[in-house]
Amino acid sequence: MGGNSQENPVYLDYQATTPTDPRVVDAMMPYFTQKFGNPHSRNHAYGWEAEEAVEEGRRQVADIIGANSKEIIFTSGATESNNLALKGVAQFYKSKRNHIITCVTEHKCVLDTCRHLEQDGFDVTYLPVQENGLIDLDELKAAMTDKTVLVSIMAVNNEIGVIQPLKEIGAICRENKTFFHTDAAQAVGKIELDVEEMNIDLMSISGHKIYGPMGIGALYVRRRPRVRIIAQINGGGQERGMRSGTLSPALCVGLGEACKIAKEEMASEAERLHELQMHMWTRFQEELPEVYLNGDLEKRIPGNLNVSYAFVEGEGLMMGIKDLAVSSGSACTSASLEPSYVLRALGVEEELAHTSLRLGIGRFTTKEEVDYATDRIIKEVQRLREMSPLFEMAQQGIDIKSIQWAEH
Amino acid sequence: MMKTAYMDYNATAPILPSAASAMADAINLVGNPSSVHRLGREARAKMEAARDAVAALVNAPRDWVIFTSGGTEADALALNGVDCERVLVSAVEHAAVLNARADVEVIAVDANGVIDLVALEDMLDGRSTLISVMAANNETGVIQPVKDVVALARKHGALVHCDAVQAIGKTEFDMLALDLDMVSLSAHKIGGPQGVGALVKRDGINLNAIQRGGGQERSLRGGTENLIGIIGFGAAAKEIMDFSTIGALRDLLETQTKTLGAMVLGETVERLPNTSCFAFEGLTSERQVMALDLAGVMVSAGSACSSGTVKASHVLKAMKVDEELANCAIRVSLGWGSTKDDVDMFVEAWSKLVERVQTRKSSRSNAA
Repeated sequence: MGGNSQENPVYLDYQATTPTDPRVVDAMMPYFTQKFGNPHSRNHAYGWEAEEAVEEGRRQVADIIGANSKEIIFTSGATESNNLALKGVAQFYKSKRNHIITCVTEHKCVLDTCRHLEQDGFDVTYLPVQENGLIDLDELKAAMTDKTVLVSIMAVNNEIGVIQPLKEIGAICRENKTFFHTDAAQAVGKIELDVEEMNIDLMSISGHKIYGPMGIGALYVRRRPRVRIIAQINGGGQERGMRSGTLSPALCVGLGEACKIAKEEMASEAERLHELQMHMWTRFQEELPEVYLNGDLEKRIPGNLNVSYAFVEGEGLMMGIKDLAVSSGSACTSASLEPSYVLRALGVEEELAHTSLRLGIGRFTTKEEVDYATDRIIKEVQRLREMSPLFEMAQQGIDIKSIQWAEH
Repeated sequence: MMKTAYMDYNATAPILPSAASAMADAINLVGNPSSVHRLGREARAKMEAARDAVAALVNAPRDWVIFTSGGTEADALALNGVDCERVLVSAVEHAAVLNARADVEVIAVDANGVIDLVALEDMLDGRSTLISVMAANNETGVIQPVKDVVALARKHGALVHCDAVQAIGKTEFDMLALDLDMVSLSAHKIGGPQGVGALVKRDGINLNAIQRGGGQERSLRGGTENLIGIIGFGAAAKEIMDFSTIGALRDLLETQTKTLGAMVLGETVERLPNTSCFAFEGLTSERQVMALDLAGVMVSAGSACSSGTVKASHVLKAMKVDEELANCAIRVSLGWGSTKDDVDMFVEAWSKLVERVQTRKSSRSNAA
């Protein structure tokens, strides 16, 4: 992908979706094009071959999070995994415990599911986050009761890339005999995850966020001590009764291969991306006044920056950098013009939230692309600010918030 | 490599070359269909073209199509997402419908597996009701009188969902002409990929999402769409199988097996042209399937989903087929790639097995 606007735009939206790794494509292709057995057909060779491929994929997924392959359930994606984890646990243990703790910056699918569970009679505590995007562990401890069945806190935020203190959360949960679910869609392959060390009981995994295909994900469900869930899709009883429906061997192979590659290359990739990330952020700080990084810089995956460019209208900025594929919020909600609820939760003011870009870099991002994109953004921000009377006033030291605007 | 004959299309169909190449072309697409930038919009355009093709397959408007992870999820969404007091399902439905919720009420079928319309009408009592009846059965291929079910439903103010997973691509299916409210579809049964399906829902039917979040599929099914799979589904939906050729092959197979003493189930009623379910007394399903597999012929003892477990088919049970006979039934199902060679291979392998059994039986009775 070059920087020329006639070609494909420079792709900087790795938190929305990642390009499928060519090695993943190679691994999947035979299953897309030639091998077609139903992995649940137990009585002929085509079925066995498909089943073996699915099981190898399952082992590879288990491997990257330190789990046993029997603890991995394939789903259609992280959204389904999150729905299954939350509803599945809540419904199973409803008579004993009916309180759930989550956090205001979770992905929409977790928040929606929690609201739905509230309608079904569950109590849900939505923990706030600190200015850096991380939860306060003392607030978590304080929110815990003997009715708390589940804590669901995402590993890495999709908009601001911050990493929550998983190990500490896991320890608090274990002490309270509460299950710990984490949405790790943005974390797998980016940071080290170990379900044993972190006391994670359920973990949601996505294919297309880790250079695998869309349409597949997984849910890790701990076996010892055992976590019980109620299936949300019933039918042929596949996935040990926890998720019915014919599996796609191609997609299972793809997710497995993506995990295998991620495990092998995570360390070197993180180092390279960290350099690019810091290069970009340093240039913004040096070349532009009034830029703000949203979310903690240290406790953050290397592939993400979320930056507010004060006095610049976000929509205008997006229009000006059409040769960059970036997002102004999470992809799911970016079609709406509401300011990001994640940024609002950090205390970013509505005005400033509207000036923000999410810049996601990844495996195939080159240094040249980063430089090109950084140049383009800096130039466009400067151009827009030149036309902004507010920016001019701010530069003259006028506090804009103190101005009494006339009503129209 | 040994020559093989794949005759288990109702479990899953080999991928159509057109679907495979459409997916291969699409596999390097970058972009989440929900992203607003150019790559996202390009991905969305491809997805919407596939939606057109899937809608056309069942003659429905495009915006009725909700993509899911497969037929099972589509069934779960239909049966759990609708607000109604009762859900009635036929006794021969796929497990995805029968087990979709704990409170389904079962409608009896006759000896051919056809829904008992009188029994159905007796069950309807004015409470808000969803009736779920499949277009064609996966094990026997028997086609249900969907039109009559809809007529009864309209008379009593009930809604009708139809699991058309096995029917599409194998027989005419027109959602508008049948006046159905909801229809479940699956890609991998028609030569598309596994992991994708759809629920086609008429406008004005209120549905609550089961899988929440993100607002995709008009907020009826959250989660990033399986883009490549959907593109493959769209390509497969454009290919129409020649029903009469497949029907002729199936009839040829049945003529031969019947000569040797097979008993075809559901033979006297309308069936899919590709499916044959028959029993041979004294020869268990398992033995037949294994022997055929050794000869390179792949068939099924029941539906693939439950075939890992050795238990009598609920479909045959509902048809009140004698249990011993039901345990001797196999399913042969054909599709777009089937040839006369496959049928010949099957007949050769199967008749050898039958002869072996008969020889042994007669030598045993001679000895006695």
